[in-house]
Amino acid sequence: MTAAARKTTKPARRPAARKPALNAPRTIREFMTLALVMETEASQRYAEFADAMEVCNNLEVAALFRKMADIEGRHATQIMTEMGWSEVPPLPPGRATWEGFEAPETAPGDEVHYLMQPWHALQLALASEQRAEAFFGRLARVATVATVRRAALELEAEEREHVELVKAWLAKVPKPDSDWAVDPDPPSYTD
Amino acid sequence: MNAPTLPAPLTFSAYKSAYKPIWCPGCGDYSVLSSVTKALAKVQVPPHEVVVVSGIGCSSRIPAYTTCYGFHGVHGRALAAGTGLKVARPDLTVVVAGGDGDGYSIGGNHFLHACRRNVDLTYLVMDNHVYGMTKGQASPTTEPDWDNKLSPGGTGVRSFHPLVIALASGANFVARAFAGDPNGTADIIAQAIRHPGFSFVEILSPCVTFRPEQKEWKKLAHPSPVAPTDDAARAARRIMTDDGFNIGVLYAGDRPVYRSSTGKAKLTPADLEAEFLL
Amino acid sequence: MVQASVQQAGQVKARDAAIGISIALAGSGGSGVMTAGTLLLDAAAKAGLYGLMVRTSGPQIRGGEAAALVRLARVPIDSLDDGFDLLLAIDWQNVNRFADEIPLTAASLMIGDPDEGEPPEVFKASGARYVALPFKKTAKAIAGSWTNMVALGVAGSLAGIPAAALEAALSDSWKRGDEALQANLAALRAGIESAAGIDGMPKLAAGAAAAAKRWQISGNEAAGYGAIRGGIRFVAAYPITPATELLEWMAPALVKVGGTLLQAEDELASVNMAIGASYGGVPSLTATAGPGLALMAEGIGLAVTAEVPIVVVDVMRGGPSTGIPAKSEQSDLSFAVSGLHGDAPRLVVAPTSIADCIAATQWAVHLAEALQSPVIVLSDQFMGQSRAIIDRPDDAGYVAARLTAAADTPDYKRYRNTGSGVSPMAIPGTKGVVYTADGLEHTEAGIPSSQSRDHATQLDKRERKLAQHDYGRYWADIEGEGDAAVITFGSTTAAVREAVARARALGVDVRLIALRLLAPAQPAALAAALEAVARVLVVEQNHGGQLYRYLRSMYDLPGKPASFHRPGPLPLRPGELTTAIVEWAGTGPLGGISV
Ligand SMILES: Cc1ncc(C[n+]2csc(CCOP(=O)(O)OP(=O)(O)O)c2C)c(N)n1
Ligand code: SF4
Repeated sequence: MTAAARKTTKPARRPAARKPALNAPRTIREFMTLALVMETEASQRYAEFADAMEVCNNLEVAALFRKMADIEGRHATQIMTEMGWSEVPPLPPGRATWEGFEAPETAPGDEVHYLMQPWHALQLALASEQRAEAFFGRLARVATVATVRRAALELEAEEREHVELVKAWLAKVPKPDSDWAVDPDPPSYTD
Repeated sequence: MNAPTLPAPLTFSAYKSAYKPIWCPGCGDYSVLSSVTKALAKVQVPPHEVVVVSGIGCSSRIPAYTTCYGFHGVHGRALAAGTGLKVARPDLTVVVAGGDGDGYSIGGNHFLHACRRNVDLTYLVMDNHVYGMTKGQASPTTEPDWDNKLSPGGTGVRSFHPLVIALASGANFVARAFAGDPNGTADIIAQAIRHPGFSFVEILSPCVTFRPEQKEWKKLAHPSPVAPTDDAARAARRIMTDDGFNIGVLYAGDRPVYRSSTGKAKLTPADLEAEFLL
Repeated sequence: MVQASVQQAGQVKARDAAIGISIALAGSGGSGVMTAGTLLLDAAAKAGLYGLMVRTSGPQIRGGEAAALVRLARVPIDSLDDGFDLLLAIDWQNVNRFADEIPLTAASLMIGDPDEGEPPEVFKASGARYVALPFKKTAKAIAGSWTNMVALGVAGSLAGIPAAALEAALSDSWKRGDEALQANLAALRAGIESAAGIDGMPKLAAGAAAAAKRWQISGNEAAGYGAIRGGIRFVAAYPITPATELLEWMAPALVKVGGTLLQAEDELASVNMAIGASYGGVPSLTATAGPGLALMAEGIGLAVTAEVPIVVVDVMRGGPSTGIPAKSEQSDLSFAVSGLHGDAPRLVVAPTSIADCIAATQWAVHLAEALQSPVIVLSDQFMGQSRAIIDRPDDAGYVAARLTAAADTPDYKRYRNTGSGVSPMAIPGTKGVVYTADGLEHTEAGIPSSQSRDHATQLDKRERKLAQHDYGRYWADIEGEGDAAVITFGSTTAAVREAVARARALGVDVRLIALRLLAPAQPAALAAALEAVARVLVVEQNHGGQLYRYLRSMYDLPGKPASFHRPGPLPLRPGELTTAIVEWAGTGPLGGISV
């Protein structure tokens, strides 16, 4: 079968990408590096979303993403200060760190839409915080060093708090109508 | 004695400009942009010594979103402009970027010849199997049965295999990346930039607007199970038989790199007069 | 009355320094007529003469009929005469195809090898005198010698070139062994001897012996050399007749001066490669002919909008489409001055002679760089592929000088709307002034914009920078007096110049204006050049009267402008132009002719 024929419109499902065994960090420094990368990447992704929403004139959601970017950014700064770092240290080389291509707290890049509403943005955030919580929980379980386990449990608790906060926030925003993504106009031509 | 103060290393944000992309939210190209900035930070080449060259298309808007020098030329001619630039200015790092329409259709001939010329530059194609900017027509990598307004029922035309063509045409570095894996893509781009000669990176970059079904790609993409080879025949077999979602460096060779005579003057223009003199 | 003397001046040969003598050397492939022609030119130069050699050939790749059309004179010469004094054919295979290119009269001489048959009827019909000389047998008798050297001896000697000059030309250019050289020198001498009995051929007195200061050069080499003098250090191109020789000359020359020539996959690539290289700060050029220029149109538009200097040399040939590849025509003018989409101000420069190919191309580089704009240089096959003896030209002094941005310029904007329209260009590698060059309409900072305000600003800027520039006196060659003026451009200039001189000898004074800067139009400068002129005649080599139409659309011309135009491949000849000029000048202010 040719590659062309294989790449049909509806690709067959395959097992999810990258399923390495979760390697527990061996030091606090390694662990905090992971945490820092997670917060930084999450913050960057939200900032990217905020930019995109601003360009699409969806200012309400843009502001929300900007806020999330700031919150994750503050977490990152906090870790830097606590660890006395002035720059983000590199991830330990050659060690699989998390499943999937991106850090657990990073919202998937393609799950945004120019007509999305705060509810959608908060759903994204909720899923991200839940993934982060689960990740730290699993790290705590596989940790072999006591200090690392303690730190993982601490962060798991912190993420759980975030999950609750986002849930509370979600309760306050209206659920979108089913036709929220309907745009009566065609895309504009700019080529 | 004081230790010399090293300049602080450049982080990826040093390569990201203040201009906000015009791409649709969710477009794979956002991640590619972030990968490019991360790759440049890995290579640590100052932004003003890098030129990002492109043609026309959604993806081709990338140069201005970096803090590097940019060249946003005409549709399909990015590789030509990048080649001229690199040959005339071998000191610069040249990254050419664009879409599958730009690179494989209108610019297809330049793609072949850039591969065989093997000038030391990096070519990134953000392949979404569609013409995004012109609102959803088939490109050379579109599946034959993909229904669209310009080709109702699909083109019925076999799609093009850029990686095999690059390899057969002489590219010195051939890789497949996936926009949904920005860190992996950054890694591959950094390797591509460092590798001498023409480095080609085909980046699967979904178009959420005209090919929403490409969101499935993140379930299909997987890291290449084997290390890169410098054996072109083996690489060709591997590329021809893989599932199209095998991510990684697939070929890294040592084919002879294009040599430019730029900057090695032996004579002045006046010395050339001698051949006309009677 | 005027008519009769026009006929005289136009058709009948007067043997003065300016008119010189004309010799056609013809034969099939392998006969070596081109080599003989080049040596004849060299020998003439050694004798202190000037000359021009135009090549013509049949469509065959190898073995086809070919002719070297040589004109020698005691003054610099850039056009062919009306007819030929001598047609020397080593054989007559298909030489009849050149009948229109080699006009003979009853005063002409034909020399042929009796073993190759009789001259073709078309030549005989002219009444030219025929002399039979056995070239092949003569050469055969001298082991290791070539027939064309016998022919060279005959032609050179009949032209009055001293034997020593002919021998020196042969020896100096010889690249093989000495034995063969001696054999060919003997063949040359045999040719000289066999010419001794032939009379009736006008001879040229030796010229002023300043040969040491003279060059032998083709228009293509001249343009290439001018480009390098101007500062070109990058060339990308795709081969096409008649531009290929320009590129082949530049390829090794560029390496010597630290530049590069890259053979592109097509003209779409070559123009964009040149733009990319120039964006990188290196003065860049591409060269092509009409079909390639057509492919480059989008790229040239990019150079306009992104304000990237490039020089595009178009060595014009017969068009449209593949047309007549190896023959000359001035028919790309309309495309050059107006053939881009959008409002795209560009510069178009045309050299007026082979020697001027140097300075005009050098000027083109200077203008491209100074104005950050594409410049199209309109050369043509006639100039490009012909060789001439010229006086060593002084360096015109035009250099590439681009306004660049200094590192860390505060508030740098690449496309800043400056008074002159020229804005400092940041060169990659310069810190603190990065920008993205864009073919999309843009703001002053270079950010894509579709707003009317930005579009108007940038359109005005790009037009203004070309309009405001002081092009100086070099924009045109303006010669002579009179209340009538002939306007022309490019390689036609030489024939027009000669015709104007002949008309003057007949008491008809007309001004000659040969435009070097074709675009942007120079209404004020032309108005000054046309002061006291009541009417103009526009002369050009194309079917549509392209210069005539262009001038009428861009300039206020006095009186009722007249047009003399004819397509290629036959060159415009001084005689027919003299007739046309005198007739036209005699018809009063409303006179007009159209050929
Ligand atoms: C000469 C020319 N022809 C056509 C176009 C219109 N055009 C602009 S972008 C484009 C295709 C873009 O597709 P691709 O390169 O795959 O990029 P994408 O938008 O998908 O990123 C076309 C056909 C053009 N700008 N120029
Ligand atoms: S149309 Fe497709 S390729 Fe273009 S920006 Fe939108 S998602 Fe990206």
